[in-house]
Amino acid sequence: MTELRRRGGGGDPDSTENISDKEADGDDRLAFPGEGEGETEGDSKADTPDVPPSADNTPQCLNKALEGLSSRWKNWWIRGILSLTMIIGFFLIIYLGPIMLILVVMGVQIKCFHEIITIGYRVYHSYDLPWFRTLSWYFLICVNYFFYGETVADYFGALVQREEPLQFLVRYHRFISFALYLAGFCMFVLSLVKKHYRLQFYMFAWTHVTLLIVVTQSHLVIQNLFEGMIWFIVPISIVICNDIMAYLFGFFFGRTPLIKLSPKKTWEGFIGGFFATVVFSFFFAYLLSQYQYFVCPVEYNSETNRFAVECEPSNLFMIQEYTLPAVVQNAVRWKTVNLYPFQIHSIALSSFASLIGPFGGFFASGFKRAFKIKDFADTIPGHGGIMDRFDCQYLMATFVHVYIASFIRGPNPSKVLQQLLVLQPEQQLSIFNTLRNHLREKGMLPPAVEEAQ
Amino acid sequence: MTELRHRGATDKELQHQNSEDKGSETEAKERDGASDNETKADPGVPEVSVTADDTPEVLNKALSGLSSRWKNWWVRGILTLAMISFFFFIIYLGPMVLMMIVLCVQIKCFHEIIMIGYSVYHSYHLPWFRTLSWYFLLCVNYFFYGETVTDYFFTLVQREEPLRILSKYHRFISFALYLTGFCMFVLSLVKKHYRLQFYMFGWTHVTLLIVVTQSHLIIHNLFEGMIWFIVPISCVICNDIMAYMFGFFFGRTPLIKLSPKKTWEGFIGGFFSTIVFGILTTVKLYPFQIHSIALSSFASIMGPFGGFFASGFKRAFKIKDFANTIPGHGGIMDRFDCQYLMATFVNVYIASFIRGPNPSKVIQQLLALRPDQQLHIFNSLKAHLTEKGLLPALEEAA
Repeated sequence: MTELRRRGGGGDPDSTENISDKEADGDDRLAFPGEGEGETEGDSKADTPDVPPSADNTPQCLNKALEGLSSRWKNWWIRGILSLTMIIGFFLIIYLGPIMLILVVMGVQIKCFHEIITIGYRVYHSYDLPWFRTLSWYFLICVNYFFYGETVADYFGALVQREEPLQFLVRYHRFISFALYLAGFCMFVLSLVKKHYRLQFYMFAWTHVTLLIVVTQSHLVIQNLFEGMIWFIVPISIVICNDIMAYLFGFFFGRTPLIKLSPKKTWEGFIGGFFATVVFSFFFAYLLSQYQYFVCPVEYNSETNRFAVECEPSNLFMIQEYTLPAVVQNAVRWKTVNLYPFQIHSIALSSFASLIGPFGGFFASGFKRAFKIKDFADTIPGHGGIMDRFDCQYLMATFVHVYIASFIRGPNPSKVLQQLLVLQPEQQLSIFNTLRNHLREKGMLPPAVEEAQ
Repeated sequence: MTELRHRGATDKELQHQNSEDKGSETEAKERDGASDNETKADPGVPEVSVTADDTPEVLNKALSGLSSRWKNWWVRGILTLAMISFFFFIIYLGPMVLMMIVLCVQIKCFHEIIMIGYSVYHSYHLPWFRTLSWYFLLCVNYFFYGETVTDYFFTLVQREEPLRILSKYHRFISFALYLTGFCMFVLSLVKKHYRLQFYMFGWTHVTLLIVVTQSHLIIHNLFEGMIWFIVPISCVICNDIMAYMFGFFFGRTPLIKLSPKKTWEGFIGGFFSTIVFGILTTVKLYPFQIHSIALSSFASIMGPFGGFFASGFKRAFKIKDFANTIPGHGGIMDRFDCQYLMATFVNVYIASFIRGPNPSKVIQQLLALRPDQQLHIFNSLKAHLTEKGLLPALEEAA
């Protein structure tokens, strides 16, 4: 860690350039060396062990190619190359389709969980606690099983109905998940060792909070994905854009510090990022709304056994005419404007990403300072761990999910049908009649022919 | 705490009789208290300070004549009877009062656990933290009560306009409230106290997860029928008492190092007698008897793990009881530690084996769908019902 601090501290005037097109998250990294010295005096080091620095793991090929340059430019280039690589990777995965995306989300989730748990181990020197590594992974598997089961049952309704063992698993899914969790709970209780009670309870709680944060939100991301890839792509792009824009505005115009936690963040960057992100998302949403591939809900086609993204786009993605309010009419001399309704929603999403999203970043910064670590891990050269890249995304994923549930989506039809088929016959009959009357009122069904009773 | 430990060490035989309803849990505590003396070692673990003996004056006066150990026995016995009578009394008062009681118990449990966290970390004066903990408790309760109320009071909610808006955007409002708390937490981070503040944040959330979600599962169970509330709680109480009795008379082989006073004889004896108890109390409700066997088995086999978990927790943080709310028994959490696992189990059990989906909720969802989706479902349902012969084939003409 000292080496990294020096690298940041030494090249200070230029290190701002290191973050060329990268997230302003890097500002925290810059801030950290400056803060670091202050911190070491203030904080009592008694029971806060330093996490040992992990070695520089830039791939050899990059190292060779950049041998000639001075260390600060080398750092700049590494970060830049990795950034471009990640963005290209992002587009590639989108191209590969929904199944790939789900697998990638799952991979990211497992890596984030691993990073946070490893930090916990180091902080508490609890790497050798009996059973604990096994138990953490076991709980991860249980919670994933529970969530994937709930999702799969919803979206693969037809497939599930066909296979007998799957039907059994779905019907008693909650019970099975709970039984699995209980087995882990009992294993934990049985593994309590006299001298290590407190440590074991800490790690138990650490695991559960991590599961709460990482796993539930990655599942919300997947559920958003099923609504339509646009609900996955647009929020992530907005957060990335906000990071980049806030950094650029901060770099060129930054003057007033924003929050003591991250001294490098400025109000100018914050506000500039906000406006730039709103504009970006407005146009990006316009761009994506035109393609069925992004806009249609992901559905599993049981005949072809593949995911299909074809549909009649919903009203959100059809151009509608909006009358501008009088004030604006005088200003721009247009009476109406043609927009996708989704663009209006994208304004709400981008406002959230710019105003509240950074709090997720501050939370992660505070966490890193609290446990005296520079980065969550060293997975991505020049950037840190996977968690470092995704910390702002988590709040966003939950927000998008709640937003969709509240303002966009109705209930899921196949889930409703599934529930219907499980009810008692009398209940089904009564619902059938209610529904029939409702549909007749709406004119969807021809009016009742007098049936012979 | 030293006073309580002495009391435990000297009154070994009487402890047995003291803990009729608490089962071997108590002596385990007293005994463990004594053995804990030896394992002090850890300088970094502060002891939670002793809370004074708060037996009501009234009882103290009435029992002033007796020696201290009999007095203890009587205090515990009287409080036990008081709690059981209180239990029956509130059942008599009906569901609304039960809900209120569950809410109060939950708040008190939360308070107890948070206080332990404060004492452990000396974080009582952390800026904002007490406010934030209570705020998060309010948020999570608002979220859960909103979900419950919307489900079960559907027609009432639809009538009142403000309630309807609150219910339609309920998740969004709850999330916004939670986010406010989250942002306040981030803004309250103070340079010297980062780690402490994150610990307390984690502590609060885990407590919310354990205490609040499970008290809401209890309320869900209650709405299925009071029997789903009364029988599980009685099973756990019965198991405690019976395991203690069997352990007292026949106990020989220790069960688990965490609670040295628990024995295999007590465990197995408690298991069988709880099942018998479950069968006997539901003798007129035939299909339910089968379920009561399942519930009693769980209470006897898994329930104690909740107790071991709480014992481990108390040892980890070197506390004797969660608090001193109930004289002679400890805090509310001490009484309810086995109940929590049970509440979750009953809820999962009902959801998996008993209850289907709620019909009014299904209709609610149906009416919220798009018309073409409704038509699609209508046709599927019609086909299904016709297949089952519930609809005359003449319907095809409609």
